[in-house]
Amino acid sequence: MLEQEDRARFEAEIIPHRDAAYNLARWILRGRAQAEDVTQEAFLRAYRSFGAFQSGNARAWLLQIVRNCCFTWLQQNHVAEEMTEFNEQTMPPKPDNPESLAMATYDRERLQRALEDLPAHFREIIVLRELEGCSYKEIAAITTRPIGTVMSALARARQQLRSLLTEPVPKGTSRDL
Amino acid sequence: MTCDRSQTRLHAYFDGELDAMASADFERHLESCPDCETRLAAEEKLRSALAGAQLYARAPETLRRKLQTSLPKAAVLPYVEDPKASAEKSWRWLAIAASVILAAILGTQYLEKLNRHSQQQSMAAVIVDAHLRSLQPGHLEDVISTDQHTVKPWFEGKIDFAPPVRDFANDGFPLLGGRLDVLDSRTAAALVYGRRKHIVNVFVEKAQPGDSQDASGDLQGYHWVSWQQNGFTFTAVSDTAYADLDQLKQLILAP
Repeated sequence: MLEQEDRARFEAEIIPHRDAAYNLARWILRGRAQAEDVTQEAFLRAYRSFGAFQSGNARAWLLQIVRNCCFTWLQQNHVAEEMTEFNEQTMPPKPDNPESLAMATYDRERLQRALEDLPAHFREIIVLRELEGCSYKEIAAITTRPIGTVMSALARARQQLRSLLTEPVPKGTSRDL
Repeated sequence: MTCDRSQTRLHAYFDGELDAMASADFERHLESCPDCETRLAAEEKLRSALAGAQLYARAPETLRRKLQTSLPKAAVLPYVEDPKASAEKSWRWLAIAASVILAAILGTQYLEKLNRHSQQQSMAAVIVDAHLRSLQPGHLEDVISTDQHTVKPWFEGKIDFAPPVRDFANDGFPLLGGRLDVLDSRTAAALVYGRRKHIVNVFVEKAQPGDSQDASGDLQGYHWVSWQQNGFTFTAVSDTAYADLDQLKQLILAP
């Protein structure tokens, strides 16, 4: 049981990041209902281990728990998902195709689908950087990767996202947002 | 695509994760590399498309409620549904309001004393903010030159005073350039000096009554030194050692 003081701190420091937590879960899990369950589970875990969090970046601490819960959920539910961890040695960079560099404008549905079609480890990094506005250092802390890996994974994730956006649109595969 | 510059460097620049030196270096590269320019433009398009699509999913009300019931009682979210709980809450608000008023009364008594100190603090905050802003990619210099005879005339017609501009490369403070800046609604000339791997901003303003004669301090890990000379107020700020700033001050003060 947490001391009174810790409870107040949890309320003041952790709870305000519920939007960040839900947003990350929603994109890693690609669904609202799952995101709600897993976010709730993550908050419970965070609450139980809050004694271990003394000071520092509360958002990064919470988001690390959230993304771990998400990946556990994906594994347990056998979601067909490209789960291979990014590795620069085994996944050498491909040249940019000129078409993807000359990107036109895209509607929301197109972007949503492209983002959801990215592999999970690329998806999370784009969400953390572009939607959540995390610094490289924060992303490294949340995903427990070295900062150099974060940098090259982000470069690759953007490249792949751009190339997905230039592919022809398949019909009727949109998920809820 | 022929540019062999590392992709990650471009992304680090794009994300504002390079330090000022590396950033300035990349900008110089950018001027002569259409490949990197094209890539950077593509990244910018992607970013604004993502931002414009409003993809951020906020926690729905049902989740807020779930969190409220599942977490132990004290850690609930401020979501009021039950009128009884709401009455209890309003008493709590009254108590909070009362303590805020009391704090305000006690506070004013300290304000006088703190005023002088806080003026200096807020000046320091303005200076450090301006310094940090200048380190953002593309913000460091408006005129890039190590030649004082280029930098000095650049300010002419842009401000109503002529800041003294000198290069101290021989003493380890090369002049990198200059720009205009606004500090607390006063226009200032900013001179940018390098110090090893660090950047020093020297802000020059027309001295005004109330400007402190000699002051120094630090804020968020940045040091600043301020002094007056020939009707100007100078403020040097950097993350370099305090002794470096003092040395630069002595160089500027020397005739």
